[in-house]
Amino acid sequence: MINRDMLKNVLETYGPSGHEQRISEVIKGYLNGCCDEIYNDTLGNLIAHKKGTSGKKVMLSAHMDQIGLIAVDIDENGFIRVSNVGGVNPTITIARDVVFENGTKGVVHFETEKKKAGEATLAELFVDIGASSKSEAEKCVNIGDMAVYAAHYTDMGNRISCGAMDNRICCALLITIMQNLKTEHDVYAVFTVQEEVGLRGAGAAAYAIDPDLNINLDVTTCGDMPKAAPMSTGLGRGAAIKVMDSSVIVPECVRRFLVDTAEEKGITYQMEVLRGGGTDTAAVQKTKSGILAGCVSVPTRYIHSPVETIDMRDAENAVALFLAALEKKTRIENRT
Amino acid sequence: MLQRLEELTNLCGVSGDEGSVRAYIKEQAAPYADEMWVDNMGNLFVHKKGNGKKIVVCAHMDEVGMMVRGIRDDGLLVYQAPDIDAGVVVSKRVLIGKNKVPGVIGAKAIHLQTDEEFEKIMPHEKLYIDIGAKDKADAEKHVKKGEYICFDTKFERFGDGLIRAKALDDRTGCAIILEMLKQDYDCDFYAAFTVQEERGLRGASVVAYALEGDLTLIIEGTTANDMPKVPSHKSVTTVGDGAAITIMDARTITLPKMVNALKETAQKHDIPYQMRKGTKGGTDAGVIHKAGKGSITGGISVPCRYIHSTISVCSEQDFVNAFRLADAFIKDKKYEEVLS
Repeated sequence: MINRDMLKNVLETYGPSGHEQRISEVIKGYLNGCCDEIYNDTLGNLIAHKKGTSGKKVMLSAHMDQIGLIAVDIDENGFIRVSNVGGVNPTITIARDVVFENGTKGVVHFETEKKKAGEATLAELFVDIGASSKSEAEKCVNIGDMAVYAAHYTDMGNRISCGAMDNRICCALLITIMQNLKTEHDVYAVFTVQEEVGLRGAGAAAYAIDPDLNINLDVTTCGDMPKAAPMSTGLGRGAAIKVMDSSVIVPECVRRFLVDTAEEKGITYQMEVLRGGGTDTAAVQKTKSGILAGCVSVPTRYIHSPVETIDMRDAENAVALFLAALEKKTRIENRT
Repeated sequence: MLQRLEELTNLCGVSGDEGSVRAYIKEQAAPYADEMWVDNMGNLFVHKKGNGKKIVVCAHMDEVGMMVRGIRDDGLLVYQAPDIDAGVVVSKRVLIGKNKVPGVIGAKAIHLQTDEEFEKIMPHEKLYIDIGAKDKADAEKHVKKGEYICFDTKFERFGDGLIRAKALDDRTGCAIILEMLKQDYDCDFYAAFTVQEERGLRGASVVAYALEGDLTLIIEGTTANDMPKVPSHKSVTTVGDGAAITIMDARTITLPKMVNALKETAQKHDIPYQMRKGTKGGTDAGVIHKAGKGSITGGISVPCRYIHSTISVCSEQDFVNAFRLADAFIKDKKYEEVLS
């Protein structure tokens, strides 16, 4: 059901935290015609609203920002010093190609005098954009500009690898969900900003929408690689229904609603307990007087690297789970 | 403006004890205010009524400081010093409590230190405050547990147009905003002087709900790390290079259109400016921009060396240029481009 050309386009579009305008426009393009209104709020969250008749508001959300590097200094020889935007691993970043918003390409390396690659800190990394002087570099990059890992979309059949899979896979899912939605509820699809720097956008959107229920979509880590840290989730085992992570505990009633839906429709699912990391669900849950919120995750290997890898069958299951859940008329209530 | 900076930095206003700073600002702002109020947390709001967009300028009143934790039998005080480098406090003069009891931070004398102790920075736990009391009973006549301790540093001008004073973070912002209150802006103009910023942006967390401003400019004293042997990319800002425009810190990413609007304003008026290179630290913008439905924030700072210590250094010109930039941004109604 998920269109792979659309997925590829969404994965390859530039959009680190705080600089989501391009990706927002691309997503908007796929939603025209299947929503009643579509707009950006002050912080840049993209909100697509499809009106319903049940009187209940459901907010679906997926963050559209990606991790990146921000230029903080340019030296006399045109090398660009960077800081991290979100959780960037310096070792993984060394010897990678990156791209700035205006298309300027660069490669990342580090100060080799005293350290090995595995020991270098981010402050010891620099981006080489092929400039031979500061003035030449400044024609392409200014302090404050952000770079992202260059996208290398790798189709391996059922499994796909690319940078920005966190969280563009879920943006693609949310687009697909909105395109195929059959529901009586008032649905707001929110593509949030600045999740990677601390769940900054989602709360503001939830505050304005004030939904009865929020179900978020994000990626989660896997434990099925050689000697990986123990983790129940793995590729190909279905859509992951979040129990908790370090930012949120999903209320039992929301989790139960999702599990029941999957069981009823025979949708493959797995339960997710994420050891570290957080997601927008946490920010939404604590907005105003509290909002019922849950999360469905797409299991992803090598998160926050340029080779984040997912299984499309998990993604398809997640779409099916959302479409089935939204068709239901069940009331979700917190009860003991 | 410099006169007011001198008076402001000489006041004591450790986080949670901002009363004297608030009283001073209230008195100075009164002639220009249409209304003025203090909220339940202690934040001071000044309103100059106008039409159009609701523009807020914000500076925090508090400074880093310490608190009396106990009195020893020998009359020396033990203290709490959150987020203050123990290496900078030894032998510094302090003022304690409402009565400003003078004291000095003491440490074991060099003659008595072991070689190992001499090599290391002595932690706060091994330091104490001497108020000249002969024993506990004597000390208790002058100070109580829980009283605030403020650094006793007086404002001075020195060098080539430099200032040395305590609390430049963020009395520079307070002084700049007082100057802005004298101006006539064609907007609905609010000044927010916040409390407890240094303890985690606590006062500002309610500001956005009280004002619901369209755009908030945070005026701050920020880190200048332009010290010997620090490479350019770790300098954050440089004293004397102009008003610093914030791109990103640990709590906020300024939206690109806001950064550009401040840059363009500086260029148009030939105001010296620099981009703040660091991405660490945080300002009141961190809680204001994401409160409620979200709003636009921008940051203009005065670079200060030795921030969060007993004394810091800034440039008079940077201070004036930070005012000029904030003033021009609002006078030019540049915010309209950002809000459109």
